[in-house]
Amino acid sequence: MSAGHDRPLLQVEGLGKSYGARVGCVDVSFDLYPGEVLAVVGESGSGKSTLLSVLSTQLAPSAGAVRYRMRDGVLRDMFALAEAERRFLMRTDWGFVHQDPRQGLRMGVSAGANVGERLMAVGERHYGRIRDTAADWLGRVEIDADRIDDQPRAFSGGMRQRLQIARNLVTHPRLVFMDEPTGGLDVSVQARLLDLLRGLVADLGLAVIIVTHDLAVARLLSHRIMVMRQGRVIETGLTDQVLDDPREPYTQLLVSSVLQV
Amino acid sequence: MNAPMTAGYNFAYLDEQTKRMIRRAILKAIAIPGYQVPFASREMPMPYGWGTGGVQVTAAVIGEHDVLKVIDQGSDDTTNAVSIRKFFARTAGVATTTSTADATVIQTRHRIPEAPLTEDQILVYQVPIPEPLRFLEPRETETRTMHALEEYGLMHVKLYEDIARHGHIATTYAYPVKVNGRYLMDASPTPKFDNPKMHLSPALQLFGAGREKRIYALPPYTQVVSLDFEDHPFEVNRFDKPCALCAAHGVYLDEVVLDDRGGRMFVCSDTDFCETRRAEGHRGEMLADTPADGGAA
Amino acid sequence: MEALSIDRVGKTFTMHLQGGARLPVVRDVSLAVSPGECVVLGGPSGAGKSSLLKIAYGNYRCDDGHVWVQDGGERVDVARAEPRRVLRLRRTTLGYVSQFLRVIPRVSALDLVAQAAVEQGASSDEATGRAAALLERLNVPRRLWSLPPATFSGGEQQRVNIARGFVAEHPVLLLDEPTASLDARNRAAVVELIHDKKRRGVAILGIFHDEDVRDRVADRVVDVTRFSAAA
Repeated sequence: MSAGHDRPLLQVEGLGKSYGARVGCVDVSFDLYPGEVLAVVGESGSGKSTLLSVLSTQLAPSAGAVRYRMRDGVLRDMFALAEAERRFLMRTDWGFVHQDPRQGLRMGVSAGANVGERLMAVGERHYGRIRDTAADWLGRVEIDADRIDDQPRAFSGGMRQRLQIARNLVTHPRLVFMDEPTGGLDVSVQARLLDLLRGLVADLGLAVIIVTHDLAVARLLSHRIMVMRQGRVIETGLTDQVLDDPREPYTQLLVSSVLQV
Repeated sequence: MNAPMTAGYNFAYLDEQTKRMIRRAILKAIAIPGYQVPFASREMPMPYGWGTGGVQVTAAVIGEHDVLKVIDQGSDDTTNAVSIRKFFARTAGVATTTSTADATVIQTRHRIPEAPLTEDQILVYQVPIPEPLRFLEPRETETRTMHALEEYGLMHVKLYEDIARHGHIATTYAYPVKVNGRYLMDASPTPKFDNPKMHLSPALQLFGAGREKRIYALPPYTQVVSLDFEDHPFEVNRFDKPCALCAAHGVYLDEVVLDDRGGRMFVCSDTDFCETRRAEGHRGEMLADTPADGGAA
Repeated sequence: MEALSIDRVGKTFTMHLQGGARLPVVRDVSLAVSPGECVVLGGPSGAGKSSLLKIAYGNYRCDDGHVWVQDGGERVDVARAEPRRVLRLRRTTLGYVSQFLRVIPRVSALDLVAQAAVEQGASSDEATGRAAALLERLNVPRRLWSLPPATFSGGEQQRVNIARGFVAEHPVLLLDEPTASLDARNRAAVVELIHDKKRRGVAILGIFHDEDVRDRVADRVVDVTRFSAAA
C-alpha cells in the first residue's frame, strides 16, 4: 500500500444545498480515501441524490466545500476550479454511472465509439488503438466482441449499464460516482452487474461513492455507509456494522424493512 | 457590364445600419478565425436554404466597383446562381461575371473554384448548418461550451463511426476542419476535395448561415487542417478518369447521365474552369473528334 | 504481550422499533488472548458469547471499553478505530469465521477461498495452492471447486467458509462455532487446523458448543455468564 492511501482523495466539509427554503442536504462532512467505497443510503427525498449532484460538481453548493486530490497530489477546491479543468477531470479522473444508461451513453453511436470517446477526448488519434482498447473493455464488462459496432439501442438494460461502466472506466478514473446503478434492472441482471462491479472496483482500486436505496447493494459493494434522512447524515460507519447493529431509529427501520440482506 | 439599379432599393438591398451590423460580425469573425459569430440575420426576399446567409454577407461587403460571380455546385447557370446574380445586379447595379479570374466577390454554394484565388478576391459561402458538433451533441449550450473549452474529442467519434462502419472515413462533404489550431469548423457542405484549397488561401473566406444566424471566417493565409486519425489519414476524393469534356486531371467531377441505357460521363463541376480549358483547346474523350472551335458553345 | 485484549467492554441494544426497549448484552467484560493460545467462551446460549465476538471483530458497536488488537508494532482499538483502519486490521490481522458463508454470485469455491489469501498479498498461484490444500483437508469434493457455492449443501458451504477463514494468515482468529453440525471426520479436520494455527502463534478466541472439540482445542475457558449483563 503506497503512502498515497493515507491521504484522503476527497474531502467534504459542511456541504449543504438548499433550493430557497427547501433543503436538499445539510452539513455533510466526510473524507474518502483511495480505493474506498462509500454507500449513501436513504429513502427517496432523503437528499442523497442532491448530495451526489453537488459532490460531482453538477450542482453548486449553498454551503461548504468539496476538495479533491488531483493527480499531482495537491488538494483542490472543486468549485474554485476553472470550468475547463473541472470538465477535464470529469472525463478523465472521475466517472459517473447514471441509473438510466441513456443519460450516460450516446445512444446513436456504436458501443466501440461510446467506450472510445473518452480516449479521443484526451487526444488519442490512432483508430486501431482506440478500437483495441474499446474491445478490451467490452470484454471486461462481458459484452461480446462482435457487438462492438452495434448501437446501445440494440442492447438490453443490463448490457447498456455494463457499457456505461466500460465507457467510464476506460481512462482509469480514481473516483467514480454511481447513482442507483442497479435500479430498474431485473434481479438476476442486478446480481451479475453487482458482481462485475465488485470485481472491477477491487481490481482497479477505485474510490466509489454510490447512492442506493438498496441495502443489499450497499452490503455487497461498500466498505462504509452513510445513512441520510431529511437532508442530514444521521448515521455512518462500517457497512456491516451499520447494517448488523444499526443505532438510529430510522436506520433500524430501514434495515428491518428489507428482506434478509 | 454594370446593370442599371432598380429604383426604390438601398444599395445591395439591405439598409446601411444592417450592413454595418453584419460588417461588425464579419470583422469579429475575421479576428477569431473559425469562431461562429451570432448576427441578427434578416428576412430576405428568398427562402431559407437559398443562400440567405451568403447573400447578406455579400450585401455587406460588396461595393459598386466589385464584380460578382455566383456559383452553385460549381455551376454559374443553375436557378440559384442565376437568381442571386440577378438580385445583386438589380439591387446594387454591380457588374457580374462567370469568370473566376475576373470576379472580386464570389458567392458559392458547395464548391471552391478550381482556378486559384487571389488576395484581391473574397469567397462567400452559403452555409446551411454551421455547427459541426450538432449531429452528435444536440444541445447548443453544450456545443458552445465545447468550442469555448476546445473539447473536440467528440468530432473524432464521428470519424471513428465512419471507419467502423465503412472501413474508411466516409464523410465526403462538410468534412470537419481545425482552423488556425484552435476552432473546429464546418467546411460548409463543400466536398472534402476542396478542403485543401481552404488551407492558406490568399483570398478572404466568409461563411454566412442565414437561418442559424451565424457568420464565421477564414482570413487570408489561415491554417485549415482536416481532422483524421494517424492510421486513417485525411485523403481527398480521386477520380479515375479526367473530365470528359476538357480532359482536366485533379479536379472535382460531376457524374452526368447521358441516356437511359446506363451511358454516363464525368465532367468538371466548375463550369467556368471547364469552358476556359476548352476555349484553350483542351479536348476530353467526349469531344475528341470535334474541331477546337466547335465544341465549347 | 497479548494479541487480543478485551478491556471492560459493555454493550446494550436499544430497540427503537419496540418502544426503545433496552436489551443489555454484556457488561464489563475483560479478557486477553496471547499468541498461540486458544481461549474459549463458555456459558449458555443467550449469554452474549456471539455478540462479544462480533464486538471484537467490529461488526457490532462497542458502547463501553476497548478491544485492543496487536497489529504489527501498533495496538489498535477496534471500538474506536476509523472504519478503514478496522478494514485494514481485518485484512491483515483479525480473522473471523462463522458457520455461515456469505455467498458471492458467480465466484467459484476455489477462488472464493483463494481471494482471502490474495487480499493479504499472496500471489495468485500461491493462494490457489493454499486454498486447494485446505479444501482437500476439509473434504470438499474436488468436482465442486470450480462451482460457485450457492448451490452447495449447508455442510459444504460451511466447510468452504472455514477454508476461507483459515487460508489467510491472521495472527488473531475469532471462531464462532465453526464446527457446529459438522460430522466427526470434518470436526477432526477443523481441530487439526486449529492446532496448526496455534503452533504458528495465532491467538484464537472461539465459541464451541461441542464439548469434545472444546476440550481438544481450549487452553482456557472463560465463562461469560459472570460478565453477562442479563444475569
